[in-house]
Amino acid sequence: MIKIKGFRRENGRWGIRNHLLVIPTSVCASETASRIASLVPGAVAIPHQHGCCQVGEDYKQTVRTLVGFGCNPNVGAVLVVGLGCEGIQPAVVADAIRKSGKPVETVIIQECGGTLKTIAKGAEICAELSRKLATQTREEFDISELVLGLECGGSDPTSGIASNPSVGKASNLLIDAGGSSILSETTELIGAEHLVAARCVTQELADKLVYMVKRVEEKSIGYGVDLRGTQPTPGNIEGGLTTIEEKSLGCIYKAGDKPVVGVLEYSEPVDPENHGLYFMDTPGEDIDSITGMVAGGAQIVVFTTGRGTPTGCPIAPVIKVTGNTGTFEKMPDNIDINAGKVITEGASLDEIGREIFEMMIRVANGDLTKAESLGHKEFGIYRIGDTF
Amino acid sequence: MKAYVHASDRDNLVTCVMPLCKGDHIQVEGVDIEVKNDIPIYHKLAIAEIKKGEPVYKYGEVMGLASQDIHVGEWAHIHNIESTRGRGDKA
Repeated sequence: MIKIKGFRRENGRWGIRNHLLVIPTSVCASETASRIASLVPGAVAIPHQHGCCQVGEDYKQTVRTLVGFGCNPNVGAVLVVGLGCEGIQPAVVADAIRKSGKPVETVIIQECGGTLKTIAKGAEICAELSRKLATQTREEFDISELVLGLECGGSDPTSGIASNPSVGKASNLLIDAGGSSILSETTELIGAEHLVAARCVTQELADKLVYMVKRVEEKSIGYGVDLRGTQPTPGNIEGGLTTIEEKSLGCIYKAGDKPVVGVLEYSEPVDPENHGLYFMDTPGEDIDSITGMVAGGAQIVVFTTGRGTPTGCPIAPVIKVTGNTGTFEKMPDNIDINAGKVITEGASLDEIGREIFEMMIRVANGDLTKAESLGHKEFGIYRIGDTF
Repeated sequence: MKAYVHASDRDNLVTCVMPLCKGDHIQVEGVDIEVKNDIPIYHKLAIAEIKKGEPVYKYGEVMGLASQDIHVGEWAHIHNIESTRGRGDKA
């Protein structure tokens, strides 16, 4: 039994951070939300460009993402900031997060009487919530409560050879210990979907996964151009990746070799009663993908990169692993672990997988990742519809 | 350290894990191969004759089709391999 010390939430879930999250429900409230968060140490805002004039599944997905962030166990308390008239009504988001049992407060710009009064009221509420959060201490919980988000970005051929298979070993170790992992990035299943589908525990899940890949591929075909205009990206191609199939075949190594127990829509919550490997429908774009997995409940993310990337997340630690020793040496302030030793020093995948797993445990207990220490908090919502 | 990674026996190319120069020789599965182009680090080199339209294998799976004949020892990348997926340009 591997134990971690974290923050117990009202609904029985466990966080490894204790963030005070300021959620704007629309782009119109984003600047105000950011200014409120900037006044209270420890508060973090998630400014975004959405939340109004959206319809159908696209609207639902944006709501699910904002609510999912608020419900993530790494968040101890929430302030929802609304303009008042936007499509995503502040009460809809606040009420849904409140069901998790954590403190949720709301300020509305049109009701407060403008920017300055909203900032003053919001900061006052945040300061009080912050004092409450500071009284909470870490308690022991089992690692099986951990949900790991798997991400790769700025890939090159070392990703499929060294970093992704090493992360796959770490994911296996977590699942063996009773935890869960999420494989994501539907675009990067194109050409490898048959291999992941074959690992689904039911035919229904396999069909759903294949359908999600078909859905995204058909959407790209609808644009009338070669997907290679952006997938692989110009940097992937310069690094040596030639086709989306090659990128995908390397990408799926992140998921180790465990069976797939669930297939989720973007930001859909992982079932807390059903631990194991999940797939989530996210785009290959890193920020939107990580945002979706964290909204789905991931408390920690492991991110592999060949070319190097600084990406973090506002509420979840992101551990950066590269398979490219040159990148590790060139971007020392961004990369936590060098899996390139598999290529340059003959290190085994098991060895690096163990190193990643052990760092996950340290980070879960409170060690900062490089992305956290630099204050990286990228946030992006995957849109599947137009703005009207 | 080995100059290349041959991920699967089925693969008709290898990933070069150090830069190679035209005229270099590498031994792949006991066969001597003369490198025909300069190959940047982590790019791919053909280790079998691949005719135009034939599948290119990596990790033992199809990663695309040869868009022109690829000869043993040649650099294999976007100039001679095309994807079969997400081809809105061919729809």
